[in-house]
Amino acid sequence: MNALTGERVNRVHWVPGTDRLRATCHCAAEREFEGPVELWDWLLAHPAGHTP
Amino acid sequence: MTGFPRDQWYVAAYGSEIEHDLFSRTVCGEPILFWRTRGGAVTAMPDRCVHRRFPLSQAPSRLVDDQVVCGYHGFTYDAGGRCVAVPGQTRIPRTARLLPYPVVEQDSFVWVFIGDPEKADAARIPRAPWLVAPDYTTVCGMEPLQARYSLLVDNLLDLSHETYLHGGYIGTPEVASTPITTEVDEDAGIIYVSRHMDDAECPPFYSKSTGLEGRIARWQDIEYTPPCLYKLHSRIAPVGSTPNPDGTDPDAFHVEVVYAITPETETSTHDFWAVARDFALGDEEVSAFLAESNRTVVLQDVVALNVLEQVIASEPEGYQELSINIDTGGLAARRMLGRLCEPA
Repeated sequence: MNALTGERVNRVHWVPGTDRLRATCHCAAEREFEGPVELWDWLLAHPAGHTP
Repeated sequence: MTGFPRDQWYVAAYGSEIEHDLFSRTVCGEPILFWRTRGGAVTAMPDRCVHRRFPLSQAPSRLVDDQVVCGYHGFTYDAGGRCVAVPGQTRIPRTARLLPYPVVEQDSFVWVFIGDPEKADAARIPRAPWLVAPDYTTVCGMEPLQARYSLLVDNLLDLSHETYLHGGYIGTPEVASTPITTEVDEDAGIIYVSRHMDDAECPPFYSKSTGLEGRIARWQDIEYTPPCLYKLHSRIAPVGSTPNPDGTDPDAFHVEVVYAITPETETSTHDFWAVARDFALGDEEVSAFLAESNRTVVLQDVVALNVLEQVIASEPEGYQELSINIDTGGLAARRMLGRLCEPA
């Protein structure tokens, strides 16, 4: 369930049963990371590297 | 990160703090003079006389009706900051004026706009309606923090620290061990961090106030609108209970924990806190317990963050922190605050 419903919302979910984080950009691109620093670097670099 | 986000609204005080008397508080390095006029409005202007900088809140400066008289040479200003009298001459210099701050009293807080007054839009002030809602009972306070505001933002965006710093009050093992979900609305400027514990130990803060014992469902939903207002929507319910599809939630207890994080100086912060509940309304015993417990928790944070500020002050530049999954929300807040600090 999403709490925020705006048009430009970035989401980060903790992958169940793992230590990994899954980032979902507002453009729908997704990628998994082992830590939040690289994750935010990637999310906020949109659209660079956000090919579907 | 240094500096403060400008062109932003900040909580300067509770409305209850401002009476028909001179009141001063520094916000983002700017000393501000307040008083409540005879008509009930809150004024806000620089707490410095334009003549020789004497603080207008400093005795023997005094309020006479709705005019403040400087205690050094008698420059007198009205509630709009206009100088209406200077000593020894009838001509009042054109520049003898204190530029008033945009000010809004809302949800029990007095908000001031720090920055270009032309950019002040009261509709942008985030809301905390529970603090004055008749179906909630609220306790509140403010603690001075001798640490930079970003340390308090870090602290509040990652509640896993409750397990370690606030054990016996609000911390239980599940807080640190339950994964979080983070959402960031880049346009609205909202950071939302959810931690839903569906089968958790009930900490004393909630067992003594709600009467629930044993295992509970405990949901923590943080909603932070940088730079100032932080809300923790806390839901406490019997295990297995969930809100109804229509949004009603009759089996749950709801607590809205609200913080206003207001920088005082580069290294000190006004830590406003409020706890609003939708149960035990008007129960003074519950109010006293929650007020004392939350203040204790806030002071535990204050002690820790004051130490951190000293650590930062004494370390060489370039110290590299380590961030892990629990810091996802805190890092989002740092980045948003960083953007707000950039020149427009």
